[in-house]
Amino acid sequence: MNVIVKYFAVCHEMLDRSEEEMQLPDGATVQTILKRLEEEWPEIAEFYEVMQMSVNWEYATENTELSEGDEVALIPPVTGGKNV
Amino acid sequence: MFKITSEIITEAQVREVVESPDSGAVVLFLGTVRNNTDGRQVKHLEYDAYEPMAEKKMAEIGQEILEKWGIKRVAIIHRVGKLEIGEVSVAVGVASPHRKDGFEACKYAMDRLKQIVPIWKREVWLDGEAEWVKPDAVFFKSIPDRI
Repeated sequence: MNVIVKYFAVCHEMLDRSEEEMQLPDGATVQTILKRLEEEWPEIAEFYEVMQMSVNWEYATENTELSEGDEVALIPPVTGGKNV
Repeated sequence: MFKITSEIITEAQVREVVESPDSGAVVLFLGTVRNNTDGRQVKHLEYDAYEPMAEKKMAEIGQEILEKWGIKRVAIIHRVGKLEIGEVSVAVGVASPHRKDGFEACKYAMDRLKQIVPIWKREVWLDGEAEWVKPDAVFFKSIPDRI
């Protein structure tokens, strides 16, 4: 199956692209994408702890299963403004 | 109205869509670009958003406010792109029968915006460096999608 993966802010800078199409095996999950990115750029794994993922504009987990045509995004911490 | 825009935001835009004869209070909040971060001089800011998801999540905040306070008249506009010092980055408008609920709902909208709406801020400093704003100590992941 093919999915679109989008990268924002720090992820966009680290990977030097804002989105790409990824071909994944059947049964792939969000985790499949994270592992593939980690192979290309090991440092990105440090961000996984603080990062959210979304599938089709809804927050997802690493175990969320993917389907053909899904839009996945890596969402680094949403920031700006302190609680003061 | 819940939208991302690259155009200049004015308070009138949110006021006009929320005010109504049955409201006794209109609470408006404007977030503006500050000229420093912890004393370091800011040249300008750049905001980026995952637009369709950001607008969906802002609409969800409106729904949460409806459930918590019964307030229907809420508007949130957030700007993206390059913003100069003093410009409005976000505007929230809440119209309610009484002021207490309006103040609370407006604060809630901003707090939730920071938590669940995918918008990022890049600070460009006068000394030439730039950085995506780092998270506070709280891990975003630990914040539930819905309170």
